[in-house]
Amino acid sequence: MSKPVRTGKYDWNMRLVSRTLLAWAITFIIFFPLLFMFVTAFKTELQAIAVPSVWVFTPTWENFALVQERSGYFDYAWNSVITSVGSTILGLLIAVPAAYSMAFSPTKRTKDILMWMLSTKMMPAVGALLPIYVLCQTFGLLDNVISLIIIFTMMNLPIMVWMLYSNFKDIPIEILEAARMDGASLSEEFRHVLLPLAMGGMASTGLLCLVLSWNEAFWVLNLTAANAGTLASLVASYSSPEGLFWAKLSAVSVLAIAPIVVFGWFSQKQLVQGLTFGAVK
Amino acid sequence: MRSSTPGHRWVPRLLMTPAVATLLLWMIVPLGMTIYFSLIRYNLMQPDQTGFVGLMNYEFFLSNPAFTDAVMNTLLLLGSVVIITVVLGLALALLINDPFPGQGLVRILLISPFFVMPTVNALLWKHMMMNPIYGVLAQIWQFFGLTPIDWLTDMPLGSIIIMISWQWLPFACLIFITSLQSMDREQLEASELDGATYWQQLRYLYLPHMGRAISVVIMIEVIFLLSIFAEIFTTTGGGPGTESTNLAFLIFTEALLNFDVGAASAGALLAIVLANIVAIFLIRMIGKNLER
Repeated sequence: MSKPVRTGKYDWNMRLVSRTLLAWAITFIIFFPLLFMFVTAFKTELQAIAVPSVWVFTPTWENFALVQERSGYFDYAWNSVITSVGSTILGLLIAVPAAYSMAFSPTKRTKDILMWMLSTKMMPAVGALLPIYVLCQTFGLLDNVISLIIIFTMMNLPIMVWMLYSNFKDIPIEILEAARMDGASLSEEFRHVLLPLAMGGMASTGLLCLVLSWNEAFWVLNLTAANAGTLASLVASYSSPEGLFWAKLSAVSVLAIAPIVVFGWFSQKQLVQGLTFGAVK
Repeated sequence: MRSSTPGHRWVPRLLMTPAVATLLLWMIVPLGMTIYFSLIRYNLMQPDQTGFVGLMNYEFFLSNPAFTDAVMNTLLLLGSVVIITVVLGLALALLINDPFPGQGLVRILLISPFFVMPTVNALLWKHMMMNPIYGVLAQIWQFFGLTPIDWLTDMPLGSIIIMISWQWLPFACLIFITSLQSMDREQLEASELDGATYWQQLRYLYLPHMGRAISVVIMIEVIFLLSIFAEIFTTTGGGPGTESTNLAFLIFTEALLNFDVGAASAGALLAIVLANIVAIFLIRMIGKNLER
């Protein structure tokens, strides 16, 4: 993680200057689309499509108010929160025990099971769409947050198990064995020894799952309508084929991504630490 | 739970059961149903026509000229995005790994596209960036006196590759940065004293060290990119023609626009076969790297 370095410590030379400039230029290019969208959300529709783009104007909150008024932003946001948090908790409950047993009691087939789990994730979701649609219909779960929570959980489970497994594997098994020698039960071993050590890995796994569920669009677009729609479907409903409503589109987009992007900014260090999938040794 | 000493073999198995069982269900049930649908006549528009048709749905789907296009587009999309994100991600990671003013802020801004949902990503690029009249790219083209490109019509697949690369570049870059942080500093300094050039360091020190991280990035991207859907759905709708239709989107059109569940199911099974071919290829190629 980036070490805090005071400005006085920089050894200014041409190389550092050009590196800094280049890094900032690239960052600007990559971040620019988001900046542009954020700014557009505060314009009027006329200012939004002005050529050349307007950068100095009196900001308006009108677009945001319109989005709430027309589509009920908070209903969609609430569905997003419920489905992503619900599937994250459910996913951790299933994935942690599995990763624990794979990491600390590996058998000959552990690697194969892990690869098989990942291979289920490679199956295109669209291949399972019709059966899942029919099943949801049969059980009356179409346009229902419960079906979304279950689907999101299954969708993320392989990645979660893999991520947790690679995190758990970095914990020296001797520590757990020592606890067992001292007569700790499985639940004691889990709570007092493993949990503190594995907290970081579990947190970043949960974070990634939260992000993936929040942003999931395929199942939401195909299985929900008015009741269980998440922010992904709210945004899609603003992709009206014709007409340029950039300001409103930007406002709804900002509203849809702001919670998760800000959350991601604050948790990025934690997220990145666990995101290595065993890639860092 | 005193019995849970390592001697008891059933405990680890018991702990794995929920994950294995649910994933097995998640795989077997839809797979079984898809196989069944693919062998019968099942069109939502013609509910009176039913019955076993053997492999007719497969023939129908395979003989669709769009099928070959869709397979090519799926692989082209996958390959391009993986190459772009790995190469640029490596370059970017090497660029921002050493401290410079504003490094923390740069990292936060760079990671942002990864948190953006695909529908927003697609609409943002479709309208505000790539619109041939009002879009930012059109303005830049005009500034340099060039004719603006009508991105989504003239190069639909290319446009989608740009959008998806924009989203996945930060991810690749982050994993590479994390990997770079465990580089052996002393080794680097020693090589500098020995007069190694930057390219030599890159070739013999950085790249070998990051082999594993590269494998991980490729693996995860393949998992997510084989079934790209939302970006195509919200921008080009697979068109013009089939120029930006990938396999996932072709199956979707077959099922929900043509209402032919039978043919769509056959297509879904073909997509699963393709995914498995890629998976086997991938595990062969980089699996060894992950074993280490």
